[in-house]
Amino acid sequence: MEIQKNTWTTVIRPQNGRLDINLIDIWRYRDLIILFVRRDFVAVYKQTILGPLWFLLQPLLSTLVFVIVFGFIAKIPTDGLPQILFYLSGIVIWQYFASCLVKTSDTFVANAGMFGKVYFPRLIVPISIVLTNLLTLGIQLCLFIIFWISYYARGANIHLTAWIFTIPFLVLQMAALGLGLGILISSMTTKYRDLNFIVGFGVQLWMYATPIVYPMSQIPAAWQGIYSLNPMAAIVEIFRLAFLGTGSVQPWQWGISICVTVIVLLVGIMLFSRIEKTFMDTV
Amino acid sequence: MSNVVLSVENLYKEYRLGTISHGTLKHDLQSWWARMRGKDDPNSQISTLQSIRTSTGNEHFWALQDASFNIRQGELVGIIGRNGAGKSTLLKIISRITTPTKGTIKIKGRIASLLEVGTGFHPELTGRENTYLNGAILGMSKQEIRRKFDEIVDFAEIQQFIDTPVKRYSSGMYVRLAFAIAAHLEPEILIIDEVLAVGDARFQKRCLGKMDEVGKQGRTILFVSHSMSTISSLCNRGILLKAGMIAFDGPTTDAIQAYNASDGATTKYPAYIDFSAKGRLFGDEHAVLLSAAVRDTENNLITEINISKPFKICMNYRILKSQYSAMVPNFHFYTSAETCAFISQQNDSKPLPPGQYTTECHIPGNFLNDGIYAVNLALSTYEPGLVVHFSAKNSIFIDIKDPIEGTATRCGYRGVFPGAVRPELTWSLKEI
Repeated sequence: MEIQKNTWTTVIRPQNGRLDINLIDIWRYRDLIILFVRRDFVAVYKQTILGPLWFLLQPLLSTLVFVIVFGFIAKIPTDGLPQILFYLSGIVIWQYFASCLVKTSDTFVANAGMFGKVYFPRLIVPISIVLTNLLTLGIQLCLFIIFWISYYARGANIHLTAWIFTIPFLVLQMAALGLGLGILISSMTTKYRDLNFIVGFGVQLWMYATPIVYPMSQIPAAWQGIYSLNPMAAIVEIFRLAFLGTGSVQPWQWGISICVTVIVLLVGIMLFSRIEKTFMDTV
Repeated sequence: MSNVVLSVENLYKEYRLGTISHGTLKHDLQSWWARMRGKDDPNSQISTLQSIRTSTGNEHFWALQDASFNIRQGELVGIIGRNGAGKSTLLKIISRITTPTKGTIKIKGRIASLLEVGTGFHPELTGRENTYLNGAILGMSKQEIRRKFDEIVDFAEIQQFIDTPVKRYSSGMYVRLAFAIAAHLEPEILIIDEVLAVGDARFQKRCLGKMDEVGKQGRTILFVSHSMSTISSLCNRGILLKAGMIAFDGPTTDAIQAYNASDGATTKYPAYIDFSAKGRLFGDEHAVLLSAAVRDTENNLITEINISKPFKICMNYRILKSQYSAMVPNFHFYTSAETCAFISQQNDSKPLPPGQYTTECHIPGNFLNDGIYAVNLALSTYEPGLVVHFSAKNSIFIDIKDPIEGTATRCGYRGVFPGAVRPELTWSLKEI
């Protein structure tokens, strides 16, 4: 009897509040992750005239608006950097984080139809969303680099710094932060639909609490501590420091940022793995 | 015991009716704020009220109660029961869509559930892309799908449309592709919930054939359906669920009988029905159905009878307006698997003047099989065109009992007799 017990491949038990994410299960469904990424990437711009060009037009148009509104009209300083590069860098980075967050935040509600009919590890969906956005980020980073080269060639006051080596880690951190917060919110929206409304404009407000349209140096020293609790602040500033050579970020600020990210991700996964088993009864 | 692939042990599933928690953030914050100030939770009164209701059994609802069974490899199990008996809940727990409240399920091997066909189809993607996507959602690996791709496309009969977005598909093509993918899954255990109710009759037949084939390959199938004929043709074991509990577990034919009997437990098959009293009048301007009865040869009302004894179905009806052509009483006999066993008509029917009539149909002994038959009472005119004056479905039932010992049509065989009827016919043997 004991030997036989070991041969069960799956044992379904009542929810016990323990944290159990089955990484092996997720790995087994890796083909599905790739197919979801493909679906999201391919299907988004089907039946549009400009197609994938939209990946480039979105940051370009936003940059143009920022240059006009914040640069020319409000005259917010950019640490002496070329305005287009300053805003474009912020927008590309912010867009990645924001769309990771917004799109994962309705995982349960948006996929209730599918989740109610078939089992696969639910974490597959948010993971695939983050990967899809990574592709978008890649394309938009290329755009940024083209601008960077053209400015550099014309002798603009920009230079790469050693921080450039942190870029892969920064991208990973943003993915973790967006995913963690997104699944945290998606777990809570199964119960509180109010959160759906908060996410939309919350992300917009958050952008203004992040050095996207202004440099971090504009924040008074007394406020730097509290400002650093925003994990995105350090990330954006390090990104600029890496590519453009100007920025006022301190290592401790990045430290706080990483701590916040880890906490958010852990809490998110914990809540998500609890909700994923029973949310079909509440949605 | 060694080849048990699915073991369900004391499974319970509780649903809470009405509000799940307080429902909104506002209420939860209110409760939290009140607790912080050391005051009474303003929402707790609601909770107390609800728990009072609990004692009367209103709030909590057990969708499954103490369900236990084992399924061996290669068994084709049909799960039957009324709506709300817990069938879907059981399948959802086995397919890991939701968790049980109590109890355990142990599964050996890969499990795939088809609670719906075409889950995750994206309208903008082509048939090819959707095949890979849907296959992966159902748990197939990319290589597996690639290997079976041609087979799937052949089965779905959509070769020339495979690179067209599925939003341009007809609904039939869509469903065919979706089923084809599902049918080519190769899990050890397959769970199916009524998905066969799709496509045209020809395709449905092929689906059934495919599933039969799957069963013959030694794979285990759990099948939920309301179609007793599908269940009886496909499954070799039936589990009857009733109010969340397992009411019967055994051979399919017995399970279907138990299902039909459980139906009768609430209404209890009447041996006599007065249609005018029941307020459900069947009829048109020419004729109405008055009453019907099942009687033995001594004219006693009966609900069951020994398989060797003759009996009769009697129908009283009133003709309101006479016609030049005959109104023909006809009875349709249905088996518990809901297949029509036969139809019999009053063959000497002639035009009748208005008035009340009674007609009797005599069924000989050793003619029907054992089990419950439902009789559909109808009156029709065939000239100049077909007119059905009334047709009362499932109005009268007769339970044919086979004591096995001494049954003439058995010739000593003691097993289950398939077939809609089991007539005693004249045989002749000669030595040549």
